[in-house]
Amino acid sequence: MLKMNHLSKVYRTHLIETHALRDFSIHVREGEFVAVTGPSGSGKTTFLNIAGLLEEFTGGEFLLDGIDVRGMNDDARSRLRNEKIGFIFQGFNLIPDLNLFDNVDVPLRYRGFNAAERKRRIEESLARVGLSARVKHFPSELSGGQQQRVAIARALAGSPKILLADEPTGNLDTQMARGVMQLLEDLHAEGATIIMVTHDPELAARAQRNVHVIDGQVVDIQSEPRMRGLGVVQSAVAVG
Amino acid sequence: MFGYYLTLGLRSLRRHSVLTALMVFGIALGIAASMTSLTVFYLMGSDPIPWKSDRLHVVQLDNWDINEGFDPNPDILPDALTYLDATALMAASKADKQAAMYKVVLPVQPDNPEVKPFLSLARATGSDFFGLFDTPFKYGSGWDKSVDEQHGRVTVLTQPINEKLFGGADSTGKRVKFDGIEYTVVGVLDTWRPRVKYYDVSNGALNEPEEAFIPFTTAIELQMGSAGNNNCFKNSEPGWEGYLRSDCIWIQFWAQLDTPAKLADYKAFLDAYIGEQKKLGRFERPLRSKLPNVTQWLEEQKVVSSDVEIQVGLSFAFLLVCLVNTVGLLLAKFMRKSGEIGLRRALGASRGQLFLQHLVEAGVVGVTGGLVGLLLTWLGLLGVRALYSEFKAVAQLDWVMVATTLVLSIVAAMLAGLFPTWRACRVQPAAQLKTQ
Repeated sequence: MLKMNHLSKVYRTHLIETHALRDFSIHVREGEFVAVTGPSGSGKTTFLNIAGLLEEFTGGEFLLDGIDVRGMNDDARSRLRNEKIGFIFQGFNLIPDLNLFDNVDVPLRYRGFNAAERKRRIEESLARVGLSARVKHFPSELSGGQQQRVAIARALAGSPKILLADEPTGNLDTQMARGVMQLLEDLHAEGATIIMVTHDPELAARAQRNVHVIDGQVVDIQSEPRMRGLGVVQSAVAVG
Repeated sequence: MFGYYLTLGLRSLRRHSVLTALMVFGIALGIAASMTSLTVFYLMGSDPIPWKSDRLHVVQLDNWDINEGFDPNPDILPDALTYLDATALMAASKADKQAAMYKVVLPVQPDNPEVKPFLSLARATGSDFFGLFDTPFKYGSGWDKSVDEQHGRVTVLTQPINEKLFGGADSTGKRVKFDGIEYTVVGVLDTWRPRVKYYDVSNGALNEPEEAFIPFTTAIELQMGSAGNNNCFKNSEPGWEGYLRSDCIWIQFWAQLDTPAKLADYKAFLDAYIGEQKKLGRFERPLRSKLPNVTQWLEEQKVVSSDVEIQVGLSFAFLLVCLVNTVGLLLAKFMRKSGEIGLRRALGASRGQLFLQHLVEAGVVGVTGGLVGLLLTWLGLLGVRALYSEFKAVAQLDWVMVATTLVLSIVAAMLAGLFPTWRACRVQPAAQLKTQ
């Protein structure tokens, strides 16, 4: 599903060079739930941004669902991002002046679905996160946990191949965090591929596999084969 | 997607209503200032009789002083004719239609005792005048050539004076007394207000047409002096007859020449006429005549003065200032939306799609600014008409200017939106998503 081989990312200014990722290799298979952990500044978010095609990488190879993304133009990257990736952010990132329906609608608009198809997908995904009754509500009328559920519904609406979650419970209290985490686990059980960046060892422990990143390199892989919804043990392979 | 962008644009404008109001008002002010002056400029310079302006020609003959031309610019010939030349050309009758004319002042003595006597401006001209300039008639018609020949006491009235004297009713056949002499009304013009009084620009290009028309020959017989311009380069002999024989110019002469061949023939005729006059000791300067058509005539006479041109330039400079202001406001607005822009990028929007979305938003500002600007332009022109009555006919909005206003405002707003939109699309989504 997602394969990075010897990937590097260097930020350059006229004064300094910062190596955010170096010789970074990881292979996430379809249906896996991978937690990426590491201290602040270790390169977790850079990895997630590159994985989400939000940033370009400096060297190495990156295949997303078998597609080599190197050298893609902005249109192609945007299309690929829209079709293959669902984002879940720490800060929810809902658009405040759009109601839930219109928030979930955003990625579907860029996909070019017709109105009926968009409506069906929005209703299904909001139902999936238990917010069917709130389609006309605005984000400010919801709790943090509910907002994150909307963000998950938005990520799911386009039927992406992979969900990228950046500290998805970071802005939530314990109870709400538990609910969101349960939802992610349920999605994984249904076959979703999830990569979650987190500081929280408890959350990381609930993932199928942990990848620890320090100084832009994968230094530790904890594989915990667990039977999940797919009914098979997903083999987690991290190289490097 | 355009509908989606439009909805987003409207929503975004509502969300930042104060900023939006500032932008809309800024554009509206700039548009109103520029369109008010541009409308006056456009209407003053536009062709007042487009369907035949290329066939209507002013006759210009260089009869001026041998030692000093009529104008420091040697290309400018005298803008009127002498009585001698005007009557000679009328008698030759070489054009499809022709009319000599001059402005007179007529004391009007109404039969109705409730209407006090008043002075009225009139035009003494030939029977062809009405056909030359396609004047519309509400009642009756002009007079025929026999009236010219017989110096008939007839008149054609315009609506305002017909309203004053006859309450706007059909007055054909009725009598009206000008300076103690009775004239029979043969026609009443329908509304006729050329934006520029092109047939006599030297006596106030923006003035309204005269209120009444009488035969040229009658006015001459009754020794009515010109109420318009009169230029002489030497003293005339005493008395009315002396004046008529003089080289003073005071008569406008128009000829309708329907084909280029007729124009060429008429030019040859004029040159031959000057040649004959030279033999009689007149036209001492090198032989020169001109036959500018309506648009050439308005240009040569500088109907659109340089003042108006400067005013248009200044008002567009003001629009530019307003646009720079709008650029700043749009930039601030779009930069405040960096988070949303980053999010949309993450959710699959390409830079091109975001560029279009924000350009549409700028366009919405432009349309709104244009509509408000249109209202302000209308008020501005109302002000121009109130302050300067001579601009009454040229300070009017027509559909061309309405369309121009809207197009200009949209284009202006989009131009103003280009840089902020470009900047907005350069937003790095990753950085914005983290800082949300």
